Amino acid sequence: MNRFEYVRPASVQEAVTAASQPGSVYLAAGTNLLDLMKLGAARPERVIDITRLPGLGEIDWRPDGSVRIGAMVRNSDLAYDERFARTFPVVAEALLSGASAQLRNAATVGGNLMQQTRCAYFQDVASACNRRAPGSGCDAREGENRLHAVLGWSESCIATHPSDFCVPLVALDAVTEVAGPNGMRDVAIDALHALPGETPERETALQPGELITALKLPSDAAAFADHARYLKVRERTSFAFAVVSAAAALRIDGGKIQSARLALGGVAAKPWRARDAEAVLENAPPTQEAFAKAAELALSEARPSGKNAFKIELARRLIVRALSLSTEGTPEAMPALPASPFATVPSANHAR
Amino acid sequence: MPVEIFPSSPEHRRHGSNAGQPLTRRDGLLKVTGKATYAADNHREGMLYAVAAVSSIARGRVKSLDVQAAKSHPGVVEVITPANRPPLAHNPNQKMPPFGFRIEVLQDDTVRYANQPIAMVVAETLEAATEGAALLNPQYETDTARTRRENGERFKPEAVGVGGPSRVAHGDIEAGFASAARVTEAEFVTPAQYHNAMEPHAVVAEWDGDRLTLDMPNQALVLSCAGYATYFGIPPENVLIRSPFIGGGFGSKAILNGPQILAILAARMLKRPVKLALPRAQMYGPVGHRGATWQKLRVGTDAGGRLTALHHHTLSATSSFDDFLEPAANASLPLYASPAILAEHEGLRLDTGTPGPMRAPGEASGSAALEVAIDEAAEACGMDPLEFRLANYAETEPGTGRPFSSKALRECYAEGAKRFGWSGRPLAARQMRDENGCLVGWGMGTAVFHCPHFPAEARATLRADGTGLLETAGVDMGQGAWTALAQIGAEALGLDPEMVELRSGVSSLPDGGIAGGSGHTASAGLALHNAGRNAIDQLVDLATADPESPLFGAGNVGVVARAGRLHRRDDEGRSESYSDILARARRTELVGDAKAAREPAAAEAHAMFSHGAVFAEVKVDPDLGQVRATRLVGAFAAGRIINPRLVRSQYYGGMIWGASFALLEEAVTDHRTGRIMNSDLAEYHVPVNADLPSLDAILIPEDDPYVNPLGVKGVGEIGITGTVGAIANAVWHATGVRARRFPIRIEDLLSDW
Repeated sequence: MNRFEYVRPASVQEAVTAASQPGSVYLAAGTNLLDLMKLGAARPERVIDITRLPGLGEIDWRPDGSVRIGAMVRNSDLAYDERFARTFPVVAEALLSGASAQLRNAATVGGNLMQQTRCAYFQDVASACNRRAPGSGCDAREGENRLHAVLGWSESCIATHPSDFCVPLVALDAVTEVAGPNGMRDVAIDALHALPGETPERETALQPGELITALKLPSDAAAFADHARYLKVRERTSFAFAVVSAAAALRIDGGKIQSARLALGGVAAKPWRARDAEAVLENAPPTQEAFAKAAELALSEARPSGKNAFKIELARRLIVRALSLSTEGTPEAMPALPASPFATVPSANHAR
Repeated sequence: MPVEIFPSSPEHRRHGSNAGQPLTRRDGLLKVTGKATYAADNHREGMLYAVAAVSSIARGRVKSLDVQAAKSHPGVVEVITPANRPPLAHNPNQKMPPFGFRIEVLQDDTVRYANQPIAMVVAETLEAATEGAALLNPQYETDTARTRRENGERFKPEAVGVGGPSRVAHGDIEAGFASAARVTEAEFVTPAQYHNAMEPHAVVAEWDGDRLTLDMPNQALVLSCAGYATYFGIPPENVLIRSPFIGGGFGSKAILNGPQILAILAARMLKRPVKLALPRAQMYGPVGHRGATWQKLRVGTDAGGRLTALHHHTLSATSSFDDFLEPAANASLPLYASPAILAEHEGLRLDTGTPGPMRAPGEASGSAALEVAIDEAAEACGMDPLEFRLANYAETEPGTGRPFSSKALRECYAEGAKRFGWSGRPLAARQMRDENGCLVGWGMGTAVFHCPHFPAEARATLRADGTGLLETAGVDMGQGAWTALAQIGAEALGLDPEMVELRSGVSSLPDGGIAGGSGHTASAGLALHNAGRNAIDQLVDLATADPESPLFGAGNVGVVARAGRLHRRDDEGRSESYSDILARARRTELVGDAKAAREPAAAEAHAMFSHGAVFAEVKVDPDLGQVRATRLVGAFAAGRIINPRLVRSQYYGGMIWGASFALLEEAVTDHRTGRIMNSDLAEYHVPVNADLPSLDAILIPEDDPYVNPLGVKGVGEIGITGTVGAIANAVWHATGVRARRFPIRIEDLLSDW
């Protein structure tokens, strides 16, 4: 690990000022950053510790039913917040399907949003990686890439964004509140993470020094609470990143889908909102045919970036499953295995 | 020299007699309260930290290292490279029998595999050493990495595993196939797997003149002292290894490796204690692994479903410079009654670290393939897999006709099937669904593992206060050896386990042999048993020769030792306590010594194996291909059971590892560079609790009068065998898809796309 300067600011403003200098990173729980520093994949010159900043640890409900979640709220605390879990069950389910209990207890809301790809070539400093070292190439492109992106990738980078949390967030139009050298601004989750294009090193829309101070979920996102599921296919039953995941949220009335939200995880460098698929679901009856059509549309632009063609078909099937389970209704209680196809709730029937 | 002492504690109450009781671990309290000191927990005054710089290429030469940059980094004390590495007394390019491999200790600038040490940086802090290693910025002359079957060099091996036969033929294999009504053929690939013990390979090395003290996890204490002595040119008795706790070994901590030797060398060179603990990624290279295999099986059966021929061919990967070949084909030798069996191996040289023994070496990967092939043969014959196995039950060792020393496999099949609910299983695949629509499959496999016995020594002391002391350089790597060994020793001394102190885990104690091959309890246990009997014999002599003892003259009728007293066999009311006998004889202690080994004649005359049967239920999502092993039931017969709690844990651990083999574990190599791309526990998957919601291990009673006087076989490795095949066969039963490679992946089970 390189030698670095450790800064512990007393206010958000001090933090932003300190982090505006080149080579700075914010440290929250460090569940991703410290690993990268040990590997040498991150070599910051100064580490700005924001864990002691005041005012970032609250969950504030607004009169209109929206919620503002401080960036330092721990993943577990948010997932187990009763009102939050009841209002946004798909977000709670995604949170609880991520990492391990120990990591969720440490990891923060802001840190989850800002975590970096787990692409092995990004983490391995001996490999070429445009995201880590711009212009060096992408060793993943012809490498061991069975879990890499099938949507939105470029020849420069085929990495995926690993977050579960972000998938329902993008579906529900969540917004981040950002403090920066020029004051506060809002950045939608959908605009926060960047597709690689020619500049995979530009991972987010944040400018130097900008700090996520809160996450906001709009009041209309609560309207999906009765029909919302997060599903995650993974190689072991827990503590694994998604091969593919899907968040589906529906508003159903009079036998028709009034409104649909659909997003995929593990398929692209950002949580992937499937707006075309949402559009065909609206005003359609919640049938397998409609779901299959939505799944086709959601993956219509997909193409394998390597040994991962199976992920495209898997994503289609997962969308159909997630929409089917959402139609059946959000379970009364959190499934014993959140987001797992092996959920033990009786309502978790499989399409046959 | 300080010695780890484990006093008996009152928390460990026995329930009746000593051996056979499910006592909890003697070291359990220390472990769950964080008081157990593992090697890397040791600190010494003036200690330095060593970090290896490792190669990022798999083959070639290091052209340059920026030693100046590393040395300039604050805190860096020394950078050891081939240019300044002090001499060693043993040539590392030569093997050191019986288990010493060729190793990499900076003898030259060549690179033979990724993660090979190419320099060692020693610094005042771990952070400085780590950064020093990063600053070396090695430049390479790179040759093409050969890490695939297609570009490795094939060869005919002389031996496989640890001195096992490369080719064994029983009967006429071609005649067997010619007479077969059906022949089924199947090929299997098993990947490179890494031990991934939770505790990394660590050492704290300290020199005092030419005396060397090592705190390190070690599965072969006394043997390793000799190995280090040879490398450093000192007498073996000058080396002391303390290994009180091991956070998992699985074979990888029984063999000397380059990084640890370099750390010891650094300590001598710099005249200060040195600590090294390998980062996780560096455990993927210099410390062994389970080599990849490509296996081909042909199974011939007659019209009645009896085997006529069994041919198991294995291509086993090893390194470019040393030989350890996964003896997978030999898994087909001891199990099924075929008149003709051919087990043969080829070697494949790859640019990887040298493989080594990893829990059930050979048996694990061989059993995986064999049990699936047997299942396919049963399917071809239209027979239930259990019925097929019973039809081909070996009453004597196949090929040799030797009797088994004991074999309660039939009981394992029967009890396991009953507990699992095997009867009523539909023959065909894809017949069962659960209430949620998941495909359900049931499969089984036979477990088998040989029972070696290693020479071992022990000392048992009866003390004046009536307590006992047991001493042997045994190894507890989490399996609970000390608890089981104390039970054996206490029983031999006629004392309750809480009345004996066990000293173990230190090389200066009598040689307890190695903890490997599932032979430690039997080997060190027999030595302790004999030592205890020896001490008791001396006590009996004292008592029966003493006119003042109530046991005077009882030598002919005999005396029994129980709960700290000697009793006349024919009149148990006449007895005397150990302390009274010793006090009157003015003895402060009686010391019994023993060396123990297996009776050669019994070993020659019998085939000796532990057996078991594993039954698995899996559920597979019909659309998504995700698998879960929802139920595992294993029934095992392994001779006399000293501690059923610990033994059950061993079976569970083995079965969990089998599930890991079947569904999760694989080192993913980028064949362009030869680097392993998932060298961490986030991406090299081993099971979590949620993967195995139901485990059941049944202990089948078995008396074995031949295996050793204790009747103890081994339990540490057998649980993996059988389980891999059982799960793979259950996956077939659920989906209709036969496993051809391990682990079975989601994309292997995604249907119709």
